[in-house]
Amino acid sequence: MLAAHRSTFRAFAQTVVPEMTELDEAGWAGVERTVEHALAQRPPRVRRQVGLFLAILNNLPRLRYGRSFSALDAARRAAVIDALQHGPVLLLRRGVWGLRTLVLMGFYTLDETMTAIGYRAHVHGWGMHRPIQS
Amino acid sequence: MTDRYYDVVIIGSGAGGGTVAQAMIPLVQDGRRVLVLEQGPRLGVDEFTGRELDMAESLYEDGGGFLTADGTMTLAFGRVYGGSTVVYTGTSLIAPERVIRRWNVPGLDAGDLERRSRSFMRQNHVHYLAEDRLNDNNRLFRDGARAAGFRCEQFPLNLDGCVGSSLCNLGCPNAAKQGTHRVQLPNAERHGVEVVTRAEALRVEERAVIARVHAKAPGSKGAESEWAPGDYRIRAGIIVAAGGAIGSTSLLLRSGFGSGLPCLGEGFTCHPAFILVAEHSQDITNDVGHPKSFFVDRAEAEGYVLETCMYFPFTTAKNLTGAGADHSAMMRAFPRLQMILVLACDSAVKGNRITIDRTGRPVVHYRFTNDVVRSMVAATRAAARIFFAAGAVRVHAPTARPHIIERGEADRIDQRISERFFLPGTTTVSAAHLMGGCAMGRTLADSVTDGFGRVHDTPWLRVADSALFPDALEINPYLTIMSLADRVGEGVLSGAGELLDSPLVGHG
Repeated sequence: MLAAHRSTFRAFAQTVVPEMTELDEAGWAGVERTVEHALAQRPPRVRRQVGLFLAILNNLPRLRYGRSFSALDAARRAAVIDALQHGPVLLLRRGVWGLRTLVLMGFYTLDETMTAIGYRAHVHGWGMHRPIQS
Repeated sequence: MTDRYYDVVIIGSGAGGGTVAQAMIPLVQDGRRVLVLEQGPRLGVDEFTGRELDMAESLYEDGGGFLTADGTMTLAFGRVYGGSTVVYTGTSLIAPERVIRRWNVPGLDAGDLERRSRSFMRQNHVHYLAEDRLNDNNRLFRDGARAAGFRCEQFPLNLDGCVGSSLCNLGCPNAAKQGTHRVQLPNAERHGVEVVTRAEALRVEERAVIARVHAKAPGSKGAESEWAPGDYRIRAGIIVAAGGAIGSTSLLLRSGFGSGLPCLGEGFTCHPAFILVAEHSQDITNDVGHPKSFFVDRAEAEGYVLETCMYFPFTTAKNLTGAGADHSAMMRAFPRLQMILVLACDSAVKGNRITIDRTGRPVVHYRFTNDVVRSMVAATRAAARIFFAAGAVRVHAPTARPHIIERGEADRIDQRISERFFLPGTTTVSAAHLMGGCAMGRTLADSVTDGFGRVHDTPWLRVADSALFPDALEINPYLTIMSLADRVGEGVLSGAGELLDSPLVGHG
């Protein structure tokens, strides 16, 4: 599903999580695989809504900036997202929240990300606990 | 359609269903046949990996992403052998006497619930964690709460052999949590109660359950079902709905009971919750050790409860409001993060209810009342004070804008955290204490069942889970569900002889 909206999805993702600008193709593939898998578990209605929101998100900035979302610089993309998620229209707030949730799911479940942020939980708990080496 | 015959069929295997299953042991010993249907799979101990998505998909309905009708709140509930007792943290509290009195259900007595709760506490090895098993995340909450002037209490926990994986909400990988999957269900099965997993109850008919047994999906966790995939008509003398507030209510609605039970689906409550996060200047132990050892109970005075908590990277990231550099910086501080869960004590109000869509799937309608928003904001302010009293350098508050409150602003908490910044659809709110929909009460006009879970005018149909709650409980509902289910089981044993002995259709 993301294939049709890849540039918008990636532009949105890099705005929500700036570190995602550093992802290589393998990293993106990992994120998008997780997102596609999650969407596949949801009813078709939800997949249609995500696709529709991505299309709206990409085209809405044309009204103000004369450019699509994916063609905007990072600051303007952030301003668009902020306006939508704090705006009066619940459907748009939900759209940002839902897409943001998918991005965070894709990124913060990568093994490399968990290591990078210092997440240390282990099934053996105290038996495997080691303080982080600074 | 394959026909099967039992004396009692229990739909659901969580705190309610697992408890009723155990209560049916004397019936089985008398030669009766008792069946439990569970929609989810039966997992082996080695299948609990602690990996966030992996486990969420295997243990929760909709992978933990079940949304309310307007999409502004996520509802988390288990769909696995043991139900939600597999995925909660094991806190075991007795129902407050004031709440049971307010429920005003004929025949329901707080003293009786307490006696039953204490019995389950013994069976489930409930105890307090020793000081040397507490992590910094919990100790900081306790010390901060006391320093900020709050009364802080320790949670009794149903653990046996906890090694502190911190992964309770993803199912304990060490089989330490004593949920129904570890205690009541295995006990019932040892005594001859049958459990069929991957069995979805489609609807209830006159003394029969229509169920569909699903094949195991390739690559998914859990054992194959005990029955061959396909559709079954399971006839029974008594049917007990114990699929949780949403599961039981939607099952009865799908089965057409709504026309005769005007209160069916009404009175849904859920203790809406969100996570608050604060950063300390040094690493703390947070993702090791049991995550939930202390709480501050302000339910009666201010309508909220604060609990210690610790979540996983994706769940934490989702719960932090906002995006961009500030959000990332907070996530990069993970080893220094302290977390508090805020729960609002909501009330049953008109319009907050469970319905079904045209395919029979549950739809939960929920609106945040002004009282709930006020409680969440008051709770956020209290949590911020606790964080700073514990030494945090900055606090992330979803109902502040900007969301980050620096230590230097600690004296401006009341100004910085405000109801006007609570924005449904932007502030991440979730709930795991799902209650109501088949409320106990007096008559058809005010309820769905009597005080023993007997559905009005339908003596062969009982409800035995949190759907019975006429209003919110204000604490974790697990022990109260077990106690109510125990009453339902007792009712089946003591008063059901005639129902069990009367011939079933097609099985004279």
